[in-house]
Amino acid sequence: MIVDVLPKAEILDPQGQAVARAMGRLGVSGVADVRQGKHFVLEVDDSVGDAELERIAESLLANPVMEEWVVRREGQQP
Amino acid sequence: MSARIGVITFPGTLDDVDAARAVRYAGAEAVSLWHRDTDLQGVDAVVVPGGFSYGDYLRAGAIAARSPVMGPVVDAARRGMPVLGICNGFQILCEAGLLPGALVRNTGLRFICREIRLRVEADTAWTSGFEVGTAITVPLKSGEGRFVADGETLDRLEGEGRVVFRYAEPAPNGALRDIAGISSADGRVVGLMPHPEHAIDPLTGPGADGLGLFTSVLGRLTAAA
Repeated sequence: MIVDVLPKAEILDPQGQAVARAMGRLGVSGVADVRQGKHFVLEVDDSVGDAELERIAESLLANPVMEEWVVRREGQQP
Repeated sequence: MSARIGVITFPGTLDDVDAARAVRYAGAEAVSLWHRDTDLQGVDAVVVPGGFSYGDYLRAGAIAARSPVMGPVVDAARRGMPVLGICNGFQILCEAGLLPGALVRNTGLRFICREIRLRVEADTAWTSGFEVGTAITVPLKSGEGRFVADGETLDRLEGEGRVVFRYAEPAPNGALRDIAGISSADGRVVGLMPHPEHAIDPLTGPGADGLGLFTSVLGRLTAAA
């Protein structure tokens, strides 16, 4: 199982901005914005259903006040 | 019999000793509570102190908010027990759902450690001894102290008089609407990023302004007894 968590677009992400500025210093152009988040890899029994996985993401791995998240099974396209 | 105020220690808590000292300075008995406790030992109020509980793993306060001791704290708070969260304690109360919003990385990405002036803007269980509008000076020491919430929540907090503390200068951490501390709807759960427990005696802090939070709750508890 993969859970990707990112700060919501409307919440200022100063870490992402610092990364974006560093790219400019490397001479990289064309990167408009960077958001820095977290990537969780979970080993999960087949018996655990989608609703339970969604509950894990919403109630623990992400804070819905400031973050958005995507849950997907490995091999599945995001 | 003096009031008994619990002070929780999680692995990584730093300010429990100063919080307990502030409780004693105010004239109450400080009761140590451990993160694995499931019994609050009949305390009349609880302080959730600052530090880096569980190393700030996952998110600041996220693991502590789901620790055994917080179950009974949340239940008691919902029944009206006063709870004060300071710094990491504020982050824990937000993660536990007792207070709205969240605390995120300071805008400037720097850990801020200095004295700061706050305006007391609401009469709550923890600020009843202050005149609304009073300015107090206490230390601020945090890297993730920027209060955020959606616009609707911010409007509601301001409309319901639940912004308890506001920075008396533009928030150095970028907190929305310069919010330093907020309360629950019943005014009994309060969280703030700066540290009143470090400002209870001019010998060891910038002054004694912070003691007022602890004497306020004590006055409230004594009046209720």
